[in-house]
This record gives sequence, C-alpha cells and structure tokens, in this order.
Amino acid sequence: MSEAPILRAAGLAKRFGARLALAEVSLELWEGEVLAVVGESGSGKSTLLACLAGRMAPDAGTVEFRTRHEGWRDVHAMSEAARRLLERTDWGFVHQRPEDGLRMTVSAGANIGERLMALGARRYGWIRAQAAHWLAQVEMDAARLDESPLAFSGGMRQRLQIARNLVTRPRLVFMDEPTSGLDVSVQARLVDLLRGLVRRLSLAAIVVTHDLGVARLLAHRMMVLKDGRVVETGLTDQVLDDPHHPYTQQLVASALAP
Amino acid sequence: MSARAALAAVRAAGERARYNFAYLDERTKRMIRRAILKAVAIPGYQVPFAAREMPLPWGWGTGGMQVTAAVIGPQDVLKVIDQGADDTVNAVNIRRFFERTAGIATTERTAHATVIQTRHRIPETPLAEGQIVVFQVPVPEPMQRLEPRESETRRMHALADYGLMHVKLYEDIARYGRIVTAYDYPVIVNGRYLMAPSPIPKFDNPKLHMSPALMLFGAGREKRIYAVPPYTRVESLGFEDHPFEVQRWQAACALCGSRESFLDEVVTDDRGGRLYVCSDTDWCAARRARADAR
Repeated sequence: MSEAPILRAAGLAKRFGARLALAEVSLELWEGEVLAVVGESGSGKSTLLACLAGRMAPDAGTVEFRTRHEGWRDVHAMSEAARRLLERTDWGFVHQRPEDGLRMTVSAGANIGERLMALGARRYGWIRAQAAHWLAQVEMDAARLDESPLAFSGGMRQRLQIARNLVTRPRLVFMDEPTSGLDVSVQARLVDLLRGLVRRLSLAAIVVTHDLGVARLLAHRMMVLKDGRVVETGLTDQVLDDPHHPYTQQLVASALAP
Repeated sequence: MSARAALAAVRAAGERARYNFAYLDERTKRMIRRAILKAVAIPGYQVPFAAREMPLPWGWGTGGMQVTAAVIGPQDVLKVIDQGADDTVNAVNIRRFFERTAGIATTERTAHATVIQTRHRIPETPLAEGQIVVFQVPVPEPMQRLEPRESETRRMHALADYGLMHVKLYEDIARYGRIVTAYDYPVIVNGRYLMAPSPIPKFDNPKLHMSPALMLFGAGREKRIYAVPPYTRVESLGFEDHPFEVQRWQAACALCGSRESFLDEVVTDDRGGRLYVCSDTDWCAARRARADAR
C-alpha cells in the first residue's frame, strides 16, 4: 500500500425518479487496498459501483482517479475516448454474471487478448503467449486456451473474466458480486484466488457484495450502505466483530455461520 | 363503361405513363446524392439514407440499384455483374431494369462502362479514372457479428476503437492456423474508418487501394451508403506474424489459361471431375478473343 489515494469520490448522489438510490457518499481508496461495499439488495451498492466506474453519471458529486501520468482526473468530466482507454488499461470491471463481461462467441484466448489488441498489439504469437500466461495466473489449464467460454463452468467463466481484466495489469478493479451465483466450494476457491492476485499484483479493488464472508476474506476496509447512505465504515474485522449501527448489527446477526 | 373498355383504358394509361428517368423520382435521387457526397467526403464512413422500396426484394441489390439510379445519366454506359459474370440472373435483371427505366446503353466490357454495378467482385480489367463502381452491400457494419448493438458499433467508429476486429482475425488463426476470412475482409480506409468491402473475395481487396475509380457502396435494407474516393489508401487488417494474403490457385483458367485472375471451381461430373474458370466472364472472353486473333 502506498501513501496516496488512487480513487476518491465526494458527495455522490443519484436519484431514479422519486426514489433516492445514493446520497452523500464519499470515499477514498488507496493503492493496493480492497474496499468491500456491503448492504442488502436495493441498498445502492451497484449504483455506487457504476458511478465510481464512470458507467453511470451521478446527479451530484465527483469521482476522481489518479492516473499514471496526468495526476488526478475527474472520471465524469473526461472525454469518452479517455475513459475508454482508462477502462481497458488501468481499470478492470468484473461483472456478477461472467456472460456480461465476456464475449461468449470467441475463444478464451481471444477474450483475454482483446484488450491487448484494442491497445494496438499486432503480434499474434505475443498476444497468445500473454493469454496463456494469464490463464495460468487464474489457475486454469492452458490447454483450454482455444475453447469457447460456452464450454466452461460458471466458476471457470468467472476466472476467465478476471484474467481478461488483468491482462493489462490494471491498478484498480471494480467487482460487482464476483462470487455470487457460484456454489460454495467454487466460491471459496475463487475468493482464495482473488486474495492471492490482489496481494501479488498490489491491486486496489472495490468489491460490491452482500456476502459478509467474502468481504471478511477479501477486504481491508468495509462500507455499509443502507437506502443509499453510508451507515458505517471501518476496518473489516472491526465492523464485523463490533458493529455499531443497528443495521450493521442486524446484517451481521443474520449472516449464516456454519 | 364495360369491363373490357375499362381494362383497355387502364392499359392505355399505362402505356402513356413513363417512369421517371432511372425509376426513382428526382427528390429521392437528390437525397441519395447528398448521402453520396457526404460518404465521399468522409471515406469509409457509413452515411444513413432513406432507402426506398425497389421493385425487387431487399437483399437482391436494392442499395446498389438506388446508388446507380442516383448517379447515372443519359450518356452513361452501364455494366452489371454478379459473381463476376454478366450473364447471371441478378445481373441480367438489373441491367434490363435500367435499360427499360433509363433507356441507357449497357455493355459487358469493363473498359467501355462508365458505371459498373457489382455484387461479389471487382472486375479484373484495371479500372480507370472517371469510372464509378457501385457495390451491392448486404451487411455494411464490419463488426456486426461480434457486437450486435448498433449504438455500440457507431460509438466504436466514432472513437476509432477497432480492437474487436482483430479479435475476429485472432479467432481465425487460433482455430485454423491462419486467417480464413476469405470475403468481406475488413479494411481501414484512409487510415481512419473500418469498412466492410461488401462480400468481394479478399483477392479483390488490393484493387480498392489507390484505385483511380470512385467506389460507392449501397446497402438498401440496412439503409447505409459509404464510399472510397479515387486514390484513397485502403489497408487490409492483419497481424505482423500473420499478414494479409490473397488467395492463390494451383490451376490456370481452363478456358483462357489466365493465372492472375480469380478462379471459380466448377464441378463437371459426379466422379470428382472439376475445372477452374475465371469468375470475370468479360476478362476471360477478351483473353480468348485475343488468343483467337493471334
């Protein structure tokens, strides 16, 4: 972890008609830090993630990202071309459903290589070697490089989606419920993998999840959302072991502990 | 009036009623010409236009016909080819259509034509300045198969965000060991826009580059017109270690002996007999005529 934040948001608000989805959300994320955003369905988690990742314009507030060369840049004020470049170089976005983040009609190798080709890589051999390398990084068999993701299980698709995002060595990855929809043992392996990758690549990540177990294993810090507002924030263990806000207490109490 | 007399009156009216020159009304032609001018000004960019119903189904060349109707004049000489041949059904019908509605001269000789409407080929005879080639285009969007949302592909064009097209070529090599895309091979026009050159074989792609003729592309069902102006750079995509290549044949044309033209394989019997002939019938006939003369 470094001394400087990599992402900061201030006073984010979003309404859908009369319904308030997000109000006065501010946060800072440091390099190499993992922040979990938890809360029940409809609490504004995914809206927050979309606003932070530049995919949805907030009604109020700013989101700034510290770029490699140009310092702080307002994510919502930059040109679409600049934002797209950021999205495929320094950022990653892992969707809940891998099908949303993958091209299901092309092979695993092409999925991983897409970002490289979009950035101008024109040597087939090199692109393929990179794809094989990142497939190995997500603990998949390199022999499956030319297979279609349609032939993959849910857990493998999610791994492929992660590899596809990491190929450009991003500094910040947004994850929207990366493990839900998988069965428990697969979930555990995926969380394990993510934990290793985050540490090894010193990734900063914002993980939206409703699974407190995943949050505890992955995240350094935690933010609890209720009805679009932050009700509690702090170190993960601190929040989970000693929840202050009644809503957090209820959330922790209702988690299934085997 | 008796039924018979009514019928006769209708027939007489039909005789008197003339189509406007080249079928389309003048306002429609002006609308199409405006789209063509814009297309020429932005090489490779797909310009939307209000494609009209033509008296044949979408997909049979309605886009090409509308472009031809908009650019053709009484002095023009029209050639129409389908798969390189002047005598196939689609070519014959479209040629006859313009003979009837515009009363213009037609030809099968590439060198004599001022406007050439084509499906699937660019003639082998080198094109000259002043000639216009009109392509019938079924799918104008080169990325459509990979990205079905048009809102997204238009955005990708706007940002020159074309990595996706290489994904397709990567996929070819990963599956077959080489780029197997053989027709409608994607090109970059004037260093900017990604363009589908209509289903011409990639053999014809080099003919687009720096061509002295004006190339117009009309997609009727998809309602798009685009263009490659004369002397424009047209570059076929590829990888450094798997560059763009055109098809080659072991055989020569069985009729004229040509080794440099695009050959069609023709099955001659049910015992595996086959021969290769030029797909461009005019080119083949001209070569044979010259050989006979010698």
